[in-house]
Amino acid sequence: MEEKEIKDELASIRSLMERSSKFISLSGLSGILAGIYALIGAVAAYYLITTNTSRVYPYHGYYSFDHLFNSLVGQLLIIAIVVFVASVGTGIILTNRKAKIKEQAIWGSTSKALLFNMATPLIAGGLLMFIFLVHGYYGIVGPSSLVFYGLALVGAGNFTFTMVKYLGLCEIAIGLIAACLPGYGLLFWAIGFGLLHIIYGSMMYFKYDR
Amino acid sequence: MKVPFEKLDKAFENRLRLQIMSVLMVNDRYDFNSLKELLDTTDGNLASHLKGLEKEEYIMVHKTFLGRKPNTTYEATDKGKTAFKQHLDALEKLIKQQKSG
Repeated sequence: MEEKEIKDELASIRSLMERSSKFISLSGLSGILAGIYALIGAVAAYYLITTNTSRVYPYHGYYSFDHLFNSLVGQLLIIAIVVFVASVGTGIILTNRKAKIKEQAIWGSTSKALLFNMATPLIAGGLLMFIFLVHGYYGIVGPSSLVFYGLALVGAGNFTFTMVKYLGLCEIAIGLIAACLPGYGLLFWAIGFGLLHIIYGSMMYFKYDR
Repeated sequence: MKVPFEKLDKAFENRLRLQIMSVLMVNDRYDFNSLKELLDTTDGNLASHLKGLEKEEYIMVHKTFLGRKPNTTYEATDKGKTAFKQHLDALEKLIKQQKSG
C-alpha cells in the first residue's frame, strides 16, 4: 500500500465516524441571523415597555388568558414567539441547504438524536415558564428561558459540533447572572439570544460553512 | 525496512468492511438502511460484507420489528473493536516507517 493510499483510507474513516455520529450540517449563518432577529425583538420589546402606560403590577394570582394576552406581557410573548419561529424557520432552510452540500440526510439518525435531546429541556422549560407566567411570575421567564435553552444546547452538543456545548454553557451562565439581577432581564436576554448567537454563528461560519 | 503487514487484519482488506466498522465504533447501534445510505452501496454488497464481519464475530446482529417492518441493527463486539484498533495502529505504523525509511 502506498502512503497516500493509507492516508486517504484514514481520512475516509475519520470522516465516516464524524458523519455517522454527528449532525455536521448545522448552518453557522442561521446562528448569525437568529441573533439579529433576537436583537430586533429585544429593541421592539424595549420600545413596548418604555412606551406602555398601563404598568404591569406584579400580581401573584391568577390571570385570565384574555387578560394575559391583551396585556403588555401578552405582546411581549408574541414578540418572543415571532423571533422563535423566524429563527427556527431560517435554521431549517439554511441547514437543509447545507445538508444537501454535505450529502448528509437532514432527517437521519443523527438529526433525530439531536432534535430529541434539544426538545426535551425546551418543552419542559417552555411549559414550566408558561405555567409561571399564568401565575404572574414574570421575572422568572427571562433567566429561565436562557437556562433551559443552555441545557438544550449542552445536550445537543453531543450530536453536533462540540462548539454548541460551549454556547450552551455560556447561555446557562448568563441566565443565572440574570436571575441574580432582577430588572435587567431584557438586557441579558438580548446578550444571550442576540449577541452570543451572532458570535457563535460567525465562528461556525468562518470555521465550517465556507 | 520491516513493514508490519502481517498485523493488518485480513478481515478489513475490503474497504467497505473497514467503513462499516468505523461507523459501528462511534455508534452503539446502526441499522441496515442507514448504513446503506451512508456508505452509498447496494443491498447485496452491504449484506455480504456484514455477513463476513459477523462470521469473524466482529459484529452482532439484532433483528427487531418496527411495527410490521423488520428492522435489523448492528453492533460492534469487543473483539471487533480491538481488531479495528489494532488494524488502525498497524496502518499508522506503516506510514511512520515509510516516512523514516
